[in-house]
Amino acid sequence: MGRHAVAVTTPNDTDVVITRSFDAPRALVWDAMTKREFLERWCIGPPGWRMSECRDDLRVGGTFTWAWTNEAGVSFSMSGVYRVVEPPRADGGGGRVVRTESFDMAEMMGTECGGPMPEQLSTLEFTERAGVTTVKVTLHYGSKQARDGAVASGMTSGMEIGYARLDEIFAERLAAPSSTARARS
Amino acid sequence: MVLDRSPQLDRVFRALAHPARRAMLRRLSEHEQNLSQLAAPLRMSFPAASKHVRVLERARLVRRRVVGRAHLCRVDREPLAAAVDWLSEYRRVLERNFDRLDDLLEELKSSAAPRAAKSPRHPAP
Repeated sequence: MGRHAVAVTTPNDTDVVITRSFDAPRALVWDAMTKREFLERWCIGPPGWRMSECRDDLRVGGTFTWAWTNEAGVSFSMSGVYRVVEPPRADGGGGRVVRTESFDMAEMMGTECGGPMPEQLSTLEFTERAGVTTVKVTLHYGSKQARDGAVASGMTSGMEIGYARLDEIFAERLAAPSSTARARS
Repeated sequence: MVLDRSPQLDRVFRALAHPARRAMLRRLSEHEQNLSQLAAPLRMSFPAASKHVRVLERARLVRRRVVGRAHLCRVDREPLAAAVDWLSEYRRVLERNFDRLDDLLEELKSSAAPRAAKSPRHPAP
Protein backbone atom coordinates (compact mmCIF):
# COMPACT_ATOMS: atom_id res chain seq x y z
CA MET A 1 0.00 0.00 0.00
CA GLY A 2 1.41 3.42 -0.93
CA ARG A 3 1.62 6.17 1.67
CA HIS A 4 1.17 9.90 1.37
CA ALA A 5 4.04 11.95 2.77
CA VAL A 6 3.66 14.32 5.71
CA ALA A 7 4.85 17.88 5.03
CA VAL A 8 6.01 20.16 7.86
CA THR A 9 6.64 23.82 6.92
CA THR A 10 7.02 27.28 8.45
CA PRO A 11 5.33 29.52 5.86
CA ASN A 12 5.52 32.68 7.98
CA ASP A 13 6.98 34.02 11.23
CA THR A 14 4.39 32.63 13.63
CA ASP A 15 3.09 29.33 12.25
CA VAL A 16 4.05 25.71 11.79
CA VAL A 17 1.97 23.89 9.18
CA ILE A 18 1.60 20.10 8.98
CA THR A 19 -0.13 18.67 5.90
CA ARG A 20 -1.08 15.08 5.16
CA SER A 21 -3.50 13.46 2.71
CA PHE A 22 -5.58 10.34 3.28
CA ASP A 23 -7.38 8.03 0.86
CA ALA A 24 -10.74 8.36 2.57
CA PRO A 25 -13.79 10.65 2.57
CA ARG A 26 -13.78 13.72 4.80
CA ALA A 27 -16.44 12.40 7.13
CA LEU A 28 -14.34 9.35 8.01
CA VAL A 29 -11.10 11.29 8.46
CA TRP A 30 -12.95 13.79 10.66
CA ASP A 31 -14.29 11.00 12.87
CA ALA A 32 -10.89 9.31 13.09
CA MET A 33 -9.20 12.55 14.18
CA THR A 34 -11.85 13.77 16.62
CA LYS A 35 -13.42 10.75 18.29
CA ARG A 36 -11.82 9.10 21.29
CA GLU A 37 -12.59 5.53 20.18
CA PHE A 38 -10.47 6.14 17.05
CA LEU A 39 -7.85 8.58 18.36
CA GLU A 40 -6.43 6.14 20.85
CA ARG A 41 -5.85 3.63 18.04
CA TRP A 42 -3.42 5.80 16.09
CA CYS A 43 -2.43 8.97 17.98
CA ILE A 44 -0.05 7.14 20.27
CA GLY A 45 3.57 8.13 19.47
CA PRO A 46 6.66 5.93 19.47
CA PRO A 47 6.69 2.30 20.62
CA GLY A 48 6.02 1.94 24.31
CA TRP A 49 3.57 4.85 24.51
CA ARG A 50 -0.21 4.77 24.62
CA MET A 51 -3.01 7.23 25.09
CA SER A 52 -3.96 7.09 28.76
CA GLU A 53 -6.65 9.72 28.76
CA CYS A 54 -8.93 11.27 26.15
CA ARG A 55 -11.52 13.49 27.72
CA ASP A 56 -13.08 15.45 24.92
CA ASP A 57 -16.09 17.76 24.69
CA LEU A 58 -16.17 18.52 20.98
CA ARG A 59 -18.23 21.71 20.85
CA VAL A 60 -17.55 25.44 20.93
CA GLY A 61 -16.37 26.26 24.44
CA GLY A 62 -15.85 22.58 25.25
CA THR A 63 -12.58 21.48 26.86
CA PHE A 64 -10.37 18.53 26.14
CA THR A 65 -7.50 16.74 27.82
CA TRP A 66 -5.44 14.11 26.03
CA ALA A 67 -2.73 12.31 27.93
CA TRP A 68 -0.10 9.78 27.03
CA THR A 69 1.89 7.41 29.19
CA ASN A 70 4.78 5.05 28.55
CA GLU A 71 5.86 1.72 29.94
CA ALA A 72 7.87 3.40 32.68
CA GLY A 73 4.75 5.22 33.83
CA VAL A 74 5.95 8.66 32.69
CA SER A 75 3.13 10.76 31.33
CA PHE A 76 2.34 14.14 29.83
CA SER A 77 -0.83 15.76 28.58
CA MET A 78 -2.26 18.32 26.21
CA SER A 79 -5.40 20.26 26.99
CA GLY A 80 -7.37 23.20 25.73
CA VAL A 81 -10.63 24.72 24.64
CA TYR A 82 -12.50 24.37 21.36
CA ARG A 83 -13.17 27.69 19.64
CA VAL A 84 -14.59 26.40 16.33
CA VAL A 85 -16.15 23.01 15.64
CA GLU A 86 -17.60 22.63 12.13
CA PRO A 87 -18.08 19.01 11.07
CA PRO A 88 -17.79 18.39 7.32
CA ARG A 89 -21.05 18.84 5.44
CA ALA A 90 -22.21 17.05 2.31
CA ASP A 91 -22.23 20.37 0.41
CA GLY A 92 -18.45 20.57 0.86
CA GLY A 93 -18.58 23.18 3.63
CA GLY A 94 -17.46 22.75 7.20
CA GLY A 95 -14.56 20.50 8.10
CA ARG A 96 -12.79 22.85 10.49
CA VAL A 97 -11.65 22.73 14.11
CA VAL A 98 -9.93 25.53 15.99
CA ARG A 99 -8.70 24.93 19.53
CA THR A 100 -6.14 26.15 22.01
CA GLU A 101 -3.48 23.66 23.07
CA SER A 102 -1.17 23.72 26.03
CA PHE A 103 1.06 20.99 27.34
CA ASP A 104 1.69 19.79 30.83
CA MET A 105 5.22 18.48 30.72
CA ALA A 106 6.03 18.95 34.39
CA GLU A 107 6.38 15.26 35.14
CA MET A 108 8.56 14.60 32.12
CA MET A 109 10.81 17.61 32.40
CA GLY A 110 11.09 17.78 36.17
CA THR A 111 11.80 20.90 38.15
CA GLU A 112 14.16 22.28 35.51
CA CYS A 113 11.17 23.24 33.37
CA GLY A 114 11.41 27.01 33.14
CA GLY A 115 7.80 27.93 33.77
CA PRO A 116 4.55 27.37 31.85
CA MET A 117 4.86 26.75 28.14
CA PRO A 118 3.28 29.12 25.66
CA GLU A 119 -0.17 28.14 24.49
CA GLN A 120 -0.58 27.48 20.81
CA LEU A 121 -3.65 27.88 18.64
CA SER A 122 -4.32 24.88 16.45
CA THR A 123 -6.49 24.91 13.31
CA LEU A 124 -7.40 21.69 11.50
CA GLU A 125 -8.88 21.97 8.03
CA PHE A 126 -10.31 19.02 6.10
CA THR A 127 -10.74 19.31 2.33
CA GLU A 128 -11.70 16.50 -0.03
CA ARG A 129 -11.08 16.03 -3.74
CA ALA A 130 -11.91 12.83 -5.65
CA GLY A 131 -12.03 10.69 -2.54
CA VAL A 132 -8.75 12.01 -1.11
CA THR A 133 -8.96 14.12 2.03
CA THR A 134 -6.18 16.56 2.85
CA VAL A 135 -5.79 17.61 6.47
CA LYS A 136 -3.92 20.83 7.11
CA VAL A 137 -2.91 21.52 10.72
CA THR A 138 -1.78 25.08 11.41
CA LEU A 139 -0.11 25.70 14.76
CA HIS A 140 -0.12 29.39 15.51
CA TYR A 141 2.10 31.03 18.13
CA GLY A 142 1.91 34.47 19.71
CA SER A 143 5.22 35.61 18.29
CA LYS A 144 8.11 34.59 16.08
CA GLN A 145 10.21 33.95 19.16
CA ALA A 146 7.54 31.68 20.65
CA ARG A 147 7.23 29.77 17.38
CA ASP A 148 10.99 29.46 16.91
CA GLY A 149 11.38 28.47 20.53
CA ALA A 150 8.72 25.81 20.17
CA VAL A 151 10.32 24.42 17.02
CA ALA A 152 13.82 24.49 18.54
CA SER A 153 12.65 22.80 21.69
CA GLY A 154 10.34 20.34 19.98
CA MET A 155 7.29 21.61 21.77
CA THR A 156 4.82 21.82 18.94
CA SER A 157 1.86 19.48 18.81
CA GLY A 158 2.99 15.87 18.78
CA MET A 159 6.63 16.74 19.22
CA GLU A 160 6.52 16.13 22.93
CA ILE A 161 6.23 12.48 22.09
CA GLY A 162 9.36 12.69 19.98
CA TYR A 163 11.02 14.50 22.87
CA ALA A 164 10.62 11.48 25.08
CA ARG A 165 12.09 9.21 22.44
CA LEU A 166 14.93 11.64 21.83
CA ASP A 167 15.78 11.55 25.48
CA GLU A 168 16.75 7.92 25.02
CA ILE A 169 18.74 8.65 21.88
CA PHE A 170 20.57 11.50 23.57
CA ALA A 171 21.33 9.28 26.53
CA GLU A 172 23.01 6.84 24.16
CA ARG A 173 25.09 9.60 22.58
CA LEU A 174 26.16 11.10 25.91
CA ALA A 175 27.18 7.67 27.11
CA ALA A 176 29.37 7.04 24.05
CA PRO A 177 30.25 10.41 22.51
CA SER A 178 32.98 9.04 20.26
CA SER A 179 30.77 6.50 18.53
CA THR A 180 29.21 7.29 15.19
CA ALA A 181 25.45 7.81 14.97
CA ARG A 182 23.59 4.57 15.50
CA ALA A 183 20.95 3.59 13.02
CA ARG A 184 17.53 4.02 14.56
CA SER A 185 14.91 1.44 13.81
CA MET B 1 18.16 6.18 33.29
CA VAL B 2 16.08 7.92 30.66
CA LEU B 3 14.84 10.50 33.15
CA ASP B 4 18.42 11.23 34.33
CA ARG B 5 19.23 12.59 30.89
CA SER B 6 16.28 14.94 30.69
CA PRO B 7 17.99 17.91 32.38
CA GLN B 8 20.85 17.87 29.87
CA LEU B 9 18.50 17.59 26.92
CA ASP B 10 16.42 20.39 28.36
CA ARG B 11 19.55 22.56 28.60
CA VAL B 12 20.28 21.94 24.92
CA PHE B 13 16.79 22.86 23.85
CA ARG B 14 16.65 25.92 26.05
CA ALA B 15 20.00 27.03 24.65
CA LEU B 16 18.70 26.61 21.10
CA ALA B 17 15.45 28.43 21.81
CA HIS B 18 17.10 31.87 21.90
CA PRO B 19 17.74 33.58 18.53
CA ALA B 20 20.97 35.25 19.71
CA ARG B 21 22.41 31.90 20.77
CA ARG B 22 21.36 30.27 17.51
CA ALA B 23 23.09 33.11 15.68
CA MET B 24 26.23 32.50 17.76
CA LEU B 25 26.12 28.79 16.96
CA ARG B 26 25.85 29.53 13.26
CA ARG B 27 28.92 31.79 13.42
CA LEU B 28 30.83 29.23 15.46
CA SER B 29 29.97 26.40 13.09
CA GLU B 30 32.25 28.11 10.57
CA HIS B 31 35.29 28.53 12.83
CA GLU B 32 36.44 29.41 16.31
CA GLN B 33 35.61 32.95 17.39
CA ASN B 34 36.40 35.08 20.38
CA LEU B 35 33.67 36.63 22.48
CA SER B 36 34.04 40.11 20.95
CA GLN B 37 33.59 38.66 17.48
CA LEU B 38 30.42 36.89 18.64
CA ALA B 39 29.06 39.98 20.39
CA ALA B 40 29.66 42.55 17.64
CA PRO B 41 27.09 41.49 14.99
CA LEU B 42 24.50 41.07 17.72
CA ARG B 43 25.35 44.56 19.10
CA MET B 44 25.68 43.02 22.49
CA SER B 45 27.90 43.92 25.43
CA PHE B 46 30.74 41.58 26.40
CA PRO B 47 29.07 40.49 29.67
CA ALA B 48 25.76 39.82 27.88
CA ALA B 49 27.52 37.77 25.22
CA SER B 50 29.47 35.92 27.89
CA LYS B 51 26.22 35.07 29.65
CA HIS B 52 24.79 33.58 26.45
CA VAL B 53 27.98 31.59 25.87
CA ARG B 54 27.71 30.27 29.43
CA VAL B 55 24.25 28.92 28.61
CA LEU B 56 25.70 27.27 25.50
CA GLU B 57 28.59 25.86 27.54
CA ARG B 58 26.27 24.39 30.16
CA ALA B 59 24.40 22.72 27.33
CA ARG B 60 27.78 21.38 26.14
CA LEU B 61 27.17 22.95 22.74
CA VAL B 62 30.17 25.25 22.98
CA ARG B 63 33.63 24.98 24.56
CA ARG B 64 35.46 28.10 25.70
CA ARG B 65 39.16 28.49 26.34
CA VAL B 66 40.76 31.64 27.71
CA VAL B 67 44.04 32.78 26.13
CA GLY B 68 45.24 35.95 27.81
CA ARG B 69 42.17 38.19 27.73
CA ALA B 70 40.60 36.47 24.73
CA HIS B 71 37.74 34.00 25.26
CA LEU B 72 37.97 31.64 22.32
CA CYS B 73 34.78 29.70 21.59
CA ARG B 74 34.32 26.59 19.55
CA VAL B 75 31.20 24.54 18.79
CA ASP B 76 30.98 20.95 19.96
CA ARG B 77 29.08 19.13 17.23
CA GLU B 78 28.04 15.97 19.05
CA PRO B 79 25.36 17.35 21.43
CA LEU B 80 24.09 19.65 18.68
CA ALA B 81 23.75 16.76 16.26
CA ALA B 82 21.85 14.82 18.93
CA ALA B 83 19.48 17.75 19.48
CA VAL B 84 18.94 18.49 15.80
CA ASP B 85 18.29 14.87 14.93
CA TRP B 86 15.02 15.03 16.83
CA LEU B 87 13.50 16.77 13.84
CA SER B 88 13.69 13.55 11.87
CA GLU B 89 12.49 11.65 14.93
CA TYR B 90 9.48 13.95 15.10
CA ARG B 91 8.68 13.37 11.44
CA ARG B 92 9.06 9.65 12.07
CA VAL B 93 6.58 9.81 14.95
CA LEU B 94 4.13 11.78 12.84
CA GLU B 95 4.57 9.39 9.91
CA ARG B 96 4.02 6.38 12.16
CA ASN B 97 0.90 7.91 13.65
CA PHE B 98 -0.47 8.76 10.21
CA ASP B 99 0.38 5.29 8.86
CA ARG B 100 -1.72 3.86 11.67
CA LEU B 101 -4.46 6.32 10.76
CA ASP B 102 -4.24 5.09 7.14
CA ASP B 103 -4.85 1.53 8.38
CA LEU B 104 -7.76 2.60 10.55
CA LEU B 105 -9.32 4.52 7.66
CA GLU B 106 -9.09 1.45 5.40
CA GLU B 107 -10.90 -0.50 8.08
CA LEU B 108 -13.59 2.16 8.46
CA LYS B 109 -14.05 2.38 4.69
CA SER B 110 -14.55 -1.32 4.23
CA SER B 111 -17.04 -1.54 7.06
CA ALA B 112 -18.91 1.54 5.78
CA ALA B 113 -19.15 0.59 2.08
CA PRO B 114 -17.67 -2.80 1.21
CA ARG B 115 -18.44 -2.46 -2.50
CA ALA B 116 -16.85 1.02 -2.95
CA ALA B 117 -13.86 0.98 -5.32
CA LYS B 118 -10.57 2.29 -3.95
CA SER B 119 -9.63 5.78 -5.17
CA PRO B 120 -6.55 6.04 -7.36
CA ARG B 121 -3.45 7.21 -5.49
CA HIS B 122 -2.73 10.92 -5.64
CA PRO B 123 0.65 12.47 -4.95
CA ALA B 124 0.92 14.39 -1.69
CA PRO B 125 0.31 18.16 -2.03
